[in-house]
Amino acid sequence: MTDHSFVRTEMLPEQPAPLGETGILLWLKTNMFSGIANSIASVVTIVIIYILAKEIILWGYQPSWGLGSVRACFDDPNVTGACWGVIPERFNQLMYGFYPKDEQWRINLSFFLMVAAIAPVLFNKIPRKAIYFSLLYPFIAFWLIWGDSIWGPIAALAGFAIAYGAIRVLNPVAGAIVGITTGVLLALVWWLFAAVPASVIVNGVIPIELEVVQSRNIGGLTLSVIIGISGIALSFPIGVILALGRQSDMFIVKVLCVGFIEFIRGVPLITLLFVASILLNYFLPPGTSFDLLLRVVIVVTLFSAAYLAEVVRGGLAALPTGQYEAADALGLDYWKSMRLIIMPQALKISIPGIVSNFIGLFKDTTLVSIIGLLDPVGLINAIRGTAEWKGILWELYIFLALMFWIFTFAMSRYSMYLERKLKTGH
Amino acid sequence: MSEAIKKVAMEVSDEVAIQITDMNKWYGDFHVLKDINITVNRGERIVVCGPSGSGKSTLIRCINRLEVHQRGKIVVDGTELTSDLKNIDKIRSEVGMCFQHFNLFPHLTILENCTLAPIWVRKTPKKEAEEIAMHFLEKVKIPEQALKYPGQLSGGQQQRVAIARSLCMKPRIMLFDEPTSALDPEMIAEVLDTMVELAEEGMTMIVVTHEMGFARKVANRVIFMDQGQIVEQNEPEEFFNNPKSERTQLFLSQILGH
Ligand SMILES: Nc1ncnc2c1ncn2[C@@H]1O[C@H](COP(=O)(O)OP(=O)(O)OP(=O)(O)O)[C@@H](O)[C@H]1O
Ligand SMILES: [Mg+2]
Repeated sequence: MTDHSFVRTEMLPEQPAPLGETGILLWLKTNMFSGIANSIASVVTIVIIYILAKEIILWGYQPSWGLGSVRACFDDPNVTGACWGVIPERFNQLMYGFYPKDEQWRINLSFFLMVAAIAPVLFNKIPRKAIYFSLLYPFIAFWLIWGDSIWGPIAALAGFAIAYGAIRVLNPVAGAIVGITTGVLLALVWWLFAAVPASVIVNGVIPIELEVVQSRNIGGLTLSVIIGISGIALSFPIGVILALGRQSDMFIVKVLCVGFIEFIRGVPLITLLFVASILLNYFLPPGTSFDLLLRVVIVVTLFSAAYLAEVVRGGLAALPTGQYEAADALGLDYWKSMRLIIMPQALKISIPGIVSNFIGLFKDTTLVSIIGLLDPVGLINAIRGTAEWKGILWELYIFLALMFWIFTFAMSRYSMYLERKLKTGH
Repeated sequence: MSEAIKKVAMEVSDEVAIQITDMNKWYGDFHVLKDINITVNRGERIVVCGPSGSGKSTLIRCINRLEVHQRGKIVVDGTELTSDLKNIDKIRSEVGMCFQHFNLFPHLTILENCTLAPIWVRKTPKKEAEEIAMHFLEKVKIPEQALKYPGQLSGGQQQRVAIARSLCMKPRIMLFDEPTSALDPEMIAEVLDTMVELAEEGMTMIVVTHEMGFARKVANRVIFMDQGQIVEQNEPEEFFNNPKSERTQLFLSQILGH
């Protein structure tokens, strides 16, 4: 080996890059002032943002949080802009509507339990057993929010237990079709004829009750979240089934699904909400009062499911046929290949579409103010009609926008997290 | 081609594995498969070749009913393929298939790809299924990739995983549809080696391929198809050295390049 004496034997210490080639200066140079056009655009934008921000801050930064009416803001020489007093004064209403003050802990509790129930659905790091709580949650929340005897929701739950039990017992002996049919029939009979009397009787013996709260007293953000979350949770499975039905080989199933999807997508949500609030009453037997809130949830669910079905169909169409064939070739039946191979991939492709669908649904819940429900928009209209707060506008809508933004921003962050987590290629 | 090719020894039994009788298939008006008759005994290795569009893929896809034939009869392991779903699922779980584009499930790890069907179709306990999967992954020489996703593997590795995935179902018959034609030359060998090993263990195989070296070494019969018909079938030596029909001669001269 030759002796290369000119080779340096120890490394030089690293030196900081010359000024302007590092950190914030470099970033500014490459991103904002990389050329003449870019520099001009940057300067103009900065000036515009500065002017806007200044105006907004001057308008918004006001010592008006304690004032009790528009008049008071007007009379106060220190207040020259926003009249924030309306927010603390009406905060409770904007959150809970006319839900009785002493019972509002029930809403808060439902909300915290909801977070606990959703967590195992959203994150698979949480022990799988927690999903049972998620399944129970709707019954718990129903009882907490509407009150009355706890035995009502338990009786409803018992219907599912009956169906499950019948299917477990009968399937091995009599086959799947007999088992499932009997199970569903038994559950229906239970719900229609036995559930109510049974819950009344049990409640007579062991009364566990909460004060009844009528749907019309539920309002504000609570109402939006109830409609939004129920709509999301219910429309997801329905949308997936519709998407599969649309691809089905069975003619009737296909026609029904296509017909439903195209009908719902062809009609504005407001029309459907009016149908829910007015028309449905004509179809129901006289004397039955089918809760308006429940009707709205059903309509919103169906509406969202139709759109979701199309989003999921897009995901299904994007899958190469090789995936279906490989699943078939391994001997997986239709439902197993859908559940294990096709849907996980189709849903993954559709995540952005599904989440924007849900964000849209959540914001569309404010349309229910048109049929007289007191969601935040409905309440704002009511508040603006009072003597104290006549003429107030921006303050309330900014607050409302902020509340909705928190939810929708969380949803869109979650979708990005999920996409990153499910990425398996290189 | 003077050098002696070491033939894979074979033990062909009298038992019939696949019996195809007067099978016909149409795509709309287009008659893809015409009066196909093939009998495959257990332990046989059949190579199917022929020009593009001649119906090779369609033929082997009829055997596990990825395609439905309209006339004639296909009997696999004594079970006739009809529209009865029970029979189809049974046959599919006994007939493994490897595709040109591997068709691994990209959302599952290599190990999960291999254990999925045993667990859900055969109801094998998870632990046992994983042991079986590792056994076959070792056999195709990639056990160290078990926890990766298909997207992180090379084409040759993916195809070997696809073979392992099929083997995990302990199939009695394996179908291959151009398993090496989507691969770079240096990866073809590793996949063919795996297939040769499989042949040495006596697996009944039907392979659609244009790898004539593989055919000479492994096949006990080569079937040549053109325009939906079986034009000629023979032992590899006879088939390559002494093709009977003109169409076969033309095809061989094109594919062997002289
Ligand atoms: N789903 C289909 N509908 C209509 N025609 C089809 C369909 N699939 C295949 N064909 C036609 O059937 C014929 C046989 O196709 P097949 O895929 O079996 O050919 P192949 O021999 O495998 O060809 P290659 O070597 O290119 O794979 C071709 O002419 C093809 O165009
Ligand atoms: Mg082909």
